[in-house]
Amino acid sequence: MKRMRSIVMVVVLLALVLVGGWWLRGGKTPPVSQAASKVDAATLRDPALIARGEYLAAVGDCASCHTEQGGARYAGGRVLATPFGNIPAPNITPDPATGLGDWSFEDFWQALHSGKGRHGELLYPAFSYTSFTKVSHDDALAIFAYLQSLAPVHQPAKPLGLGFPYNVRNSLKAWRALYFQEGVYQPDPSQSETWNRGAYLVQGLGHCNECHAPRDSFGGTQNSPSLAGGQIPAQDWYAPDLSTKANGGLAGWSEQDIVDLLKNGQSVRGTAFGPMAEVVANSTQHMHEDDLRAIATYLQSLPPRPLLAEDKSPLDTTPILAQGAKVYAARCADCHGDNGEGVAGIYPPLSGNSSVNEPTGINAMRAVLLGGFSPLTAGNPRPYSMPPFAQQLNDREVAAVVTYIRQSWSNKASPILERDVIKYRHTPVD
Amino acid sequence: MKRLSAKLCQARRVVSACILFFLMGTATVHADETSPPRIPDTIQQRIAACTACHGVHGEGTPESGFFPRLAGKPAGYLARQLKDFQDGLRKYGPMEYTVRQLSPEYMQEIAEYFSAQEVPYTRSPMPRLSAEALARGEQLVTHGDPSRQIPPCAACHGSQLTGVKPDIPGLVGLPYDYISSQLGSWRTKTRSTVAPDCMSEIANRLSASDISAVSAWLAGRELPADMHAQPAGSVTPPLHCGVLGDKGDGA
Repeated sequence: MKRMRSIVMVVVLLALVLVGGWWLRGGKTPPVSQAASKVDAATLRDPALIARGEYLAAVGDCASCHTEQGGARYAGGRVLATPFGNIPAPNITPDPATGLGDWSFEDFWQALHSGKGRHGELLYPAFSYTSFTKVSHDDALAIFAYLQSLAPVHQPAKPLGLGFPYNVRNSLKAWRALYFQEGVYQPDPSQSETWNRGAYLVQGLGHCNECHAPRDSFGGTQNSPSLAGGQIPAQDWYAPDLSTKANGGLAGWSEQDIVDLLKNGQSVRGTAFGPMAEVVANSTQHMHEDDLRAIATYLQSLPPRPLLAEDKSPLDTTPILAQGAKVYAARCADCHGDNGEGVAGIYPPLSGNSSVNEPTGINAMRAVLLGGFSPLTAGNPRPYSMPPFAQQLNDREVAAVVTYIRQSWSNKASPILERDVIKYRHTPVD
Repeated sequence: MKRLSAKLCQARRVVSACILFFLMGTATVHADETSPPRIPDTIQQRIAACTACHGVHGEGTPESGFFPRLAGKPAGYLARQLKDFQDGLRKYGPMEYTVRQLSPEYMQEIAEYFSAQEVPYTRSPMPRLSAEALARGEQLVTHGDPSRQIPPCAACHGSQLTGVKPDIPGLVGLPYDYISSQLGSWRTKTRSTVAPDCMSEIANRLSASDISAVSAWLAGRELPADMHAQPAGSVTPPLHCGVLGDKGDGA
């Protein structure tokens, strides 16, 4: 028996050594020099390719992460907060010392498609290569040509704000095994060309699922239905479900509603705010009409969602609803209407609004606290705005009015408590 | 001929259908007008996000000094502040969030709206300071302190201290709390602007007691009859200031 136990011990130890070796083995590979690249310099200077790359970089919203507040475009420095620590976006202008100046297309492809840096080091999936892996070779080449055509900006990378064990890049091996599937988008022959274009944009460059899906405790999205909505970790916004079918976050949205929101920042059914306002301003408003229609076609094919269990909390909401109704009449009804109907083209309806009814209530709470302008787009260059109520309403009043809005007219979402408002009142805005 | 008249007939039908449709259209518009809120298409309505705190006419909250007055401040100055919040040079989360997407044109329009507002100035609460401190304040405002390279406030902000168009704000008629906290935030770098940031340099040359003295003297000063900013070119700034562009070179 003793002998049996020692054999088991040896086997376990051997396994640990093997796993540890695999774990720590640096997957280092030398970069491909520009001279050795299969893509020659003249190709990268093709103005048509660069122009296409500029468009695709806008579709991918690269600038949003790779530009610091007030900083040079694409020179990096914006810090993405995650539950694991802070990850600064790198400089992707063609500066040789601090940007992509020495990179070949092969290096770029390895990053975008395989999630590996120039020396084969594993990249943190804050860079959404889980989606970008679906981008075609030709599109990646165009984006690279565009980035290489930018004026180089010398801006060294900020230090990585990750602690142990997340600062050990090889720990990503396990993460990748669980959540990362490498491969360019494969068209579905049973679907139309438009649908496939939409799926390619949404799943690939658009990287919509990076926010619009729940993340598990390891930060992966692989195991949930795609685009089913989720709370954005560390930023405390809720990216709603995007299904337009029964019980979907966008239930009843027409193709035109989706196109309007992406093009102008608002549709008759809702207005983009928070992080999506930035996506509209920097990315989707610049997209061609046919690409927006393709995205809408694809989103409209998402399946219906299961009916959420009705709220059965023992909380008696009668007094809070009465208080909420008073606050609503005094502060909200002038713009959003007595019945939460909004004003077409100006103020969004609150009845049936996906951001009002999302499961957490975070969006409605923060919209009330922060207010703000509708996205500024070519189609809406002087947007109307909503007052911030953080200074005027206390936590109880915010909870009351948000609960009232979430449970009035067609809305049947869960109530909001004072303690929820306390939690989100001071969430940093970036 | 027959075909032509048939076509004409068809055209007439189309026209009458159009007219009918148009009438129906206007009829529904009229019917709808009773229920949803009617929203005026004015800049004032559009910028509810600003006026909620700063007041419909940019009057601010003079009793506390917390939300600054915007009314009557030079438009170039106001537009610059919006841009500085957008770029993170001025730090205040709610302002940074509110202005993050605005275009330069829209920020200019908003700045001009507040700049054009005529709002009477009111007195704000002030701390009691000694006569020496107030004298020191007056000395700094009108003559500066050459030994510490502090220019007089009036050298840039105008002989009447009501500011100079389009970029230099007035200093009189502002609450003590507001002035002292701005000078403090230049020192803590929660307020900065494009380089060379001359106000940051000056604020860092002031001592803590200087800041109280200057703020108190300015806040307590009798207001001139004309509170409007002086015309452009009224001053020759003694320092290079990024916010004044080339105009800062006239040392």
